[in-house]
Amino acid sequence: MSFQPARIVITGIGLTAPNGNSLSEFRQNLLAGVAGVEPFDVRYMGRLIAGVCHYDPLRYQTRKGLRVGTRAGSISIYCAHEALKDSGLAFDGMPKDRVGIYLGCTEHGNVETENEIYAISKFNYDTKYWSHYHNPRTVANNPAGEISLALGITGPAYTIGAACAAGNLGLIHAAQMLRLGEVDFAFCGGVSESIHTFGIFAGFKSQGALATHADPKKASRPFDKGRNGIVVSEGGCIYTLERLDDALARGAKIYGEIAGYCVNSDASDYVLPNPGRQAECVRKALVNAKLAAADIHIVNTHATATPQGDIQECEAIRAVFGQGCPETNINNTKSYIGHCMGAAGALELAGNLPSFDDLIVHPTINVDDLDPLCAIDGLVLNQPRKVAKVDAILNNSFGMLGINSTLIVKRFAA
Amino acid sequence: MTKDACKQIVLDIIADIAPDEDLSNLKPDVRLRDQMQLDSMDFLDIVMELRKQHGIEVPEADYIHLASLDSCADYLTPKFEALGK
Repeated sequence: MSFQPARIVITGIGLTAPNGNSLSEFRQNLLAGVAGVEPFDVRYMGRLIAGVCHYDPLRYQTRKGLRVGTRAGSISIYCAHEALKDSGLAFDGMPKDRVGIYLGCTEHGNVETENEIYAISKFNYDTKYWSHYHNPRTVANNPAGEISLALGITGPAYTIGAACAAGNLGLIHAAQMLRLGEVDFAFCGGVSESIHTFGIFAGFKSQGALATHADPKKASRPFDKGRNGIVVSEGGCIYTLERLDDALARGAKIYGEIAGYCVNSDASDYVLPNPGRQAECVRKALVNAKLAAADIHIVNTHATATPQGDIQECEAIRAVFGQGCPETNINNTKSYIGHCMGAAGALELAGNLPSFDDLIVHPTINVDDLDPLCAIDGLVLNQPRKVAKVDAILNNSFGMLGINSTLIVKRFAA
Repeated sequence: MTKDACKQIVLDIIADIAPDEDLSNLKPDVRLRDQMQLDSMDFLDIVMELRKQHGIEVPEADYIHLASLDSCADYLTPKFEALGK
């Protein structure tokens, strides 16, 4: 008899995106075509555009907590509280050493380091003016650690560095830890404070991969012929995951079930994607989920609106879903919120989960002139699509150094 | 620089460090730590802001003098005066 891993379900969601601070607000704006990109001042670079979150940080933090912690920590605390509330769990009665926190991050620490270098530049670079908060703010586990402090969680709390694939990895890792019995309840997902570092903007600009557009809300336009790069965004999305038996025992609301996943590596380039490995990642996730390509009803693409990257992902998707998948719909969420980096995968999945209930697929917006090289079957463009069935959602998130992740969530059925 | 002016400088720094605290009833002769939530990192903040804003150095061995508003004033006022303030 083969080993049957525990079934893992999503029971709570807390998020902040550039166009919404709750799942319902986010979803409403995805269906209404409302983008959340706006003008944003960046140190040394002037006025650019970015996806900025407008959650209320004082809802769950003191002003001192905000001053001492990081932006990523604050976003994480907000999302964790919202997810916990949404889960309906009686947290006071929960043994806190059986709770885990697993957050994906693209990077962490650049914001504080840049701030401190700027601050000591006002003192002739004398390092005696360097903040004593620098190390606790820049350690890679900071966002997860700030949640553990805020909620009194004494189980494992750490981040997973996985470039822009990180949001998916937070969920995947949490599912694995629940299956191993390491924890009984997990906060997981991804977070990003990237817009507060000039380095990421300057880096993408030097790569020729930073989006520009006279209208910020049109700037993120995957699959459009006129796309010219990435809109950098901040954000966070944290899920609560539980083993199915535990969720059923407490009568929890279930958003969906983790069906399968895959993480692999291109091993081919620092920044250029590898469609062959991406397709392999998707195929392995399908095998892991015991599903065929035709069983997937929504594919949320990673596409970031770089000229080459979108074409290569479309090549990978065409290879897997190009034949015999008439009910597979393909969309993109970055067209609304830009690229939320470590939060991207987690946020984009959340935006699609309500489709299990409303049977509507939100579109890729800002496609005025579809690039023929991105014209894959099933693309949902500019207008939401009502569909007959949504039983499985496949979420792609890829990142630099060739890390690929695919996560499949299916409709929960007892 | 009077001692009252010196206390006000310290109070202004504390107001930034502990923005959630009500400082209106702080007793000058009682240890700050006994009247409000201040940890060791907060005291380092006071030291750093004195350095940044006023060019005053407080060696680690002298941190004990920052215990209360009165002791701050006794210790810091001569330092301000030495800087011509």
